[in-house]
Amino acid sequence: MNTLSDRLPGFIRRFDPAVATAFACILLLLFVGSLYSSNFLSPEYLLQQLKVASFLGIIATGMMMVILLGQIDLSLPWVVTVGAMMSSAVAGFGQTGAILAIPFGILCGILIGLLNGVGVAYLRIPSMIITLATNAVAQGLMVVYTGGFSPQDSASPAMRFLATGFIIPTLPNSVICWSAIGAAAVFLMTRTTFGRSIYGIGNRERAAYLSGINTRRVVMTVFAISGGLSAFGGVLLAGYASKAAQSMGDAYLLPAIAAVVLGGTSILGGRGSYLGTVAGVLLITLLQSILSVMQMPEFGRQIIYGVVIILMLLLYGRERLVR
Amino acid sequence: MKDWRFWFAEQRGTFMAIGIFLVMFVIYSSNHPAGFSANVVQTASNKGVLLAFVAMAQALVVITAGIDLSVGMIFTLTNCMASWLVSGTPLQVAFGVIIVLLTGAACGALNGAIIIYGRLQPIVATIATGAIYYGLALALRPFPGGTVDETLADALTGKLFHFLPASLVALAFVVLVVWIPFSRSVIGRAAYAVGSSEQAAYMSGVPINRAKFATYTLSGLLAGVGGLFLTFFTYTGEAAYASGNAYTLFSIAAVVLGGVSLFGGKGSAIGAIFGALAFRTIGDLLFVFDFDPLWQPLFQGVVLLIAVSLGAFGLLRIRNRLDWFG
Repeated sequence: MNTLSDRLPGFIRRFDPAVATAFACILLLLFVGSLYSSNFLSPEYLLQQLKVASFLGIIATGMMMVILLGQIDLSLPWVVTVGAMMSSAVAGFGQTGAILAIPFGILCGILIGLLNGVGVAYLRIPSMIITLATNAVAQGLMVVYTGGFSPQDSASPAMRFLATGFIIPTLPNSVICWSAIGAAAVFLMTRTTFGRSIYGIGNRERAAYLSGINTRRVVMTVFAISGGLSAFGGVLLAGYASKAAQSMGDAYLLPAIAAVVLGGTSILGGRGSYLGTVAGVLLITLLQSILSVMQMPEFGRQIIYGVVIILMLLLYGRERLVR
Repeated sequence: MKDWRFWFAEQRGTFMAIGIFLVMFVIYSSNHPAGFSANVVQTASNKGVLLAFVAMAQALVVITAGIDLSVGMIFTLTNCMASWLVSGTPLQVAFGVIIVLLTGAACGALNGAIIIYGRLQPIVATIATGAIYYGLALALRPFPGGTVDETLADALTGKLFHFLPASLVALAFVVLVVWIPFSRSVIGRAAYAVGSSEQAAYMSGVPINRAKFATYTLSGLLAGVGGLFLTFFTYTGEAAYASGNAYTLFSIAAVVLGGVSLFGGKGSAIGAIFGALAFRTIGDLLFVFDFDPLWQPLFQGVVLLIAVSLGAFGLLRIRNRLDWFG
């Protein structure tokens, strides 16, 4: 095994096997899809898939940074919904509302993220628990907000433009958003002290603390970023569907975690690349698309989802044996 | 220190949970329009017992320092199965009950096998298996419906001797048959040992894999009992995603309120039961005080947030900052 990998050229050796597997699976899915329907490889279809993938991609970016810390953010479903609902709500207030809609939606997400971050970093509450709790609070707030009267829930023109419009012909705006956010995330994670300390904390928070990193502030900031990105995903989704609805975020928790983990990011933190997350997002989106092209009923999709995630994890997501 | 003081220190979380529950229940029943009557107790216990079963299931896994985010879905799946199987002749009913319980145990065993032998993280693994169980539930019941044997259902949700809620008796029975023998067995002690320190448990020759596997299986079984009871209360099966998720969430809240440490090795299923009853009572307090039911999700969320934040007081006792990082 060792001798074989020594003989390979450097750039292949450096390539994470998990990322390679994910890309291989994407090719396999495209191949299977093209057997099923000849439209599957057409540029229009692939661009459409990329557009759908960009919403998940933006949401998964925040999730990936949280998972790199060795934490998890389960408040995602209702943060997505809060982002969508709050921005649509503000969009109802005339001219100023239309301008403030998107920033306000993101701000709400950042606030929930900050609450998560304070809980995890300063109060040392396990992230899984505090994020479940803030998810419940966000849900409660939205139920109170929508209950009794029917609030303004249609997206502003700017949100629609961001999600479905074209600045560059044939390239959807949402894909441009994802690319910009992705590029920023790669820069943040690989070229800044902040990004390197995320990896450091994920490997061993104690060691990171002893080497002088303000670990609590980093953890809090990452949760805030994750909240903001989830909310932005929600804003785009509202623009895409041109209205916000309750529980629109429910369908994104499992795919976001799955995309990150399938892309080879260790769920224990400290290891993973953004390229892998991109691969994971594309893989999940294509899988969803093929299942819907095959007219698989909802129950079958759920089962296949679960099975695929577990199989992929068993391939390369295993922990070390206790010794 | 004497033995009883050790015992008391060990059970402190449980007593706290009982205390919270009693206070909440007194507030609840003294403000209830119908007052403290057998019917009020019966309704309250029927609602509480469902969560209590799921919370017990969660507590078993949490004691081994794991987590099961699929309990709510096992609960939903067994509910859907029971709405098909638990009806007909007494023999068929008995057969159906056994199949439903076995399914719950099998789901738990699958979780356990994937986590122990597949060596996957419990969080991700159980989110994924939760999707599978929900898919199966949806396959069984695309639309709410089905029936259940009404004599059995009424017997288990009614009152014994006109005052004792039968569901509480059933809960006590399950505790006696499942939890007490388990916690006193070698496997049960091993589960606590694994939760405290898996490494140390391994080094002391504790059967860690067997203990974890038994815990996950029993946890699935208890979630199955919960699903069966849900069918007895509602007479139908429904693959409701939101309700399954809510039960998972509430089970964690109940476990935390019940004094079971999320880091493992501390607490008991009895505590989780009282945590569940307390959580349900707190949620229903709003109704007694005539608030709009719309506020209930927010109220429950805030209670949950406060409950989990209370753990932060432990930080005040820490002398060395490195202990922050566990």
